[in-house]
Amino acid sequence: MAAATLLKFLAMQSIISVTNLSKRYASGFEALKRINLDIHRGEIFALLGPNGAGKTTLIGIICGILVPSAGKVTVDSHDIITDYRAARSLIGLVPQELHTDAFESVWATVSFSRGLFNKPKNPAYIEKVLRALSLWDKKDDKIMTLSGGMKRRVLIAKALSHEPQVLFLDEPTAGVDVELRKDMWQVVRDLRDSGVTIILTTHYIEEAEDMADRIGVINKGGIILVEEKAELMRKLGKKQLTLQLQQQLHALPAELSAFKLTIGEDGSTLIYNYDTKAERTGVATLLGELSRAGLRIRDLQTTQSSLEDIFVGLVSDRQ
Amino acid sequence: MNLKAVQAIYNFEMARTRRTIWQSIVSPVLSTSLYFVVFGAAIGSRITEIEGVPYGSFIVPGLIMLTLLTQSTMNASFGIYFPRFTGTIYEILSAPVSPFEIVLGYVGAAATKSIILGLIILATSWLFVPLRIEHPFWMVTFLVLTAATFSLLGFIIGIWADGFEKLQIVPLLIVTPLTFLGGTFYSTSVLPPVWQTISLFNPVVYLISGFRWSFFEISDVSHTVSVGMTLLFLVVCLITVWWMFKTGYKLKK
Ligand SMILES: Nc1ncnc2c1ncn2[C@@H]1O[C@H](COP(=O)(O)OP(=O)(O)OP(=O)(O)O)[C@@H](O)[C@H]1O
Ligand SMILES: [Mg+2]
Repeated sequence: MAAATLLKFLAMQSIISVTNLSKRYASGFEALKRINLDIHRGEIFALLGPNGAGKTTLIGIICGILVPSAGKVTVDSHDIITDYRAARSLIGLVPQELHTDAFESVWATVSFSRGLFNKPKNPAYIEKVLRALSLWDKKDDKIMTLSGGMKRRVLIAKALSHEPQVLFLDEPTAGVDVELRKDMWQVVRDLRDSGVTIILTTHYIEEAEDMADRIGVINKGGIILVEEKAELMRKLGKKQLTLQLQQQLHALPAELSAFKLTIGEDGSTLIYNYDTKAERTGVATLLGELSRAGLRIRDLQTTQSSLEDIFVGLVSDRQ
Repeated sequence: MNLKAVQAIYNFEMARTRRTIWQSIVSPVLSTSLYFVVFGAAIGSRITEIEGVPYGSFIVPGLIMLTLLTQSTMNASFGIYFPRFTGTIYEILSAPVSPFEIVLGYVGAAATKSIILGLIILATSWLFVPLRIEHPFWMVTFLVLTAATFSLLGFIIGIWADGFEKLQIVPLLIVTPLTFLGGTFYSTSVLPPVWQTISLFNPVVYLISGFRWSFFEISDVSHTVSVGMTLLFLVVCLITVWWMFKTGYKLKK
């Protein structure tokens, strides 16, 4: 009884559940190695990983484009193989590659997508989507006359055309200019606010840092970390304190040997790395010791590692 | 049943036909007219009639079949191959659509186009030669069955092909020769006995013979055998398509 309740609770919590998923391509290459992953209902999940890590492969399997070699995936507790209709109905996919028809108009291709998902025509809704993606004035244009960034937005419009509950964005901002990228992320935030679950991949880590609730890092076909973004930043983020001194130093004074300090190249700066997760970072003590040693501070600044630094650290550790 | 998806695919394919209206309709009509001029006029002046039917009229059912077979295979194969080639197939694969619905959309559209073409050629023929249709019901049945069967064959080719050459090979090297050898321009009864027997292994013989029977009540083989063979071929194609989807053959990696 208790187990059943727990299972039900978990099912409500996570909208996508991936269990022991493996993928071996016909070439024999193993692109995914027993992946386990849960995507929470209503979150923005950023899947990060270097080129060839397996992000697109994972998305392809969940969406029904690739066949898994082993394992199980459910979408809102519908199995993607045995109950594919229910599972796929919930999903919108923006693929990484710009796969578009050439001769169709924007309006026709977006309406086509809605039809594929068995939804009745709804011109008002499609108009809303096209306007939100700044495509309204292009609605009658043939797709081949659009620029790369516009085509990318057409793909997003197609994915949204059937009002999905889960949206996969495989590098949605590649080739989209800064201004429109902002608009695009606003569309994504609005979707999240309306309850849509979003899974995105991007190589612009600062976008993930801005947008995501949780971060997953995948490398060489294995998930190496899944964490709340705030928690991740706190756990793995490092802070650096740089002190500009009024005098030159040739060696560290004995009083300061307890701290892991390095002297900057010019001899008048001290660099102190500390973990944000440590309760007592000892910055105050350090400053006390400095004045006791007779060193006077001209200026100081702190810098904090970005998600990008953390990501690079994680991935390069495992090479 | 996801009927809206079937409709979406069907309409998409029909829109493609409309965009290429010249290539789709004018060129088969033109080439058929040329057949009339060349075969009907040139040969027809020597062979005046076959089994009581004027030669020009006699070749009409065969000509319609010739167009029906090549157009059905070419259209349907292109229809499914092209999204595979451009990558837009991702959308079909990730949509809540069953294999049956996908086939219905693509094959339905290809068959519709061939049937329209067949009827246009029939109408064109009427301008050149006297025609009568003894069994309109059977004529339509053969038309629809053949269009459906060869569109299915085309669909199979479109999934099997991994290049534009392969896409052309089957219609060019198999369907067209079989049609020419299948009695488009003659009755197989004029062949030496050995060749008559060999002809019986050519499925197109049954299609043309049955179709011609529905016009003039003359046939190489009994029309019930013709219907049976057509249905058999249809079933073979259906099973092949079903297997392709079940295994994800060349559709999903
Ligand atoms: N059809 C295929 N056959 C064989 N190997 C493949 C195939 N598709 C992908 N791979 C391999 O699987 C691995 C994962 O590819 P995938 O496209 O999932 O990576 P990714 O994380 O999306 O990378 P990127 O950031 O470059 O998009 C790569 O090593 C790739 O070479
Ligand atoms: Mg990718």
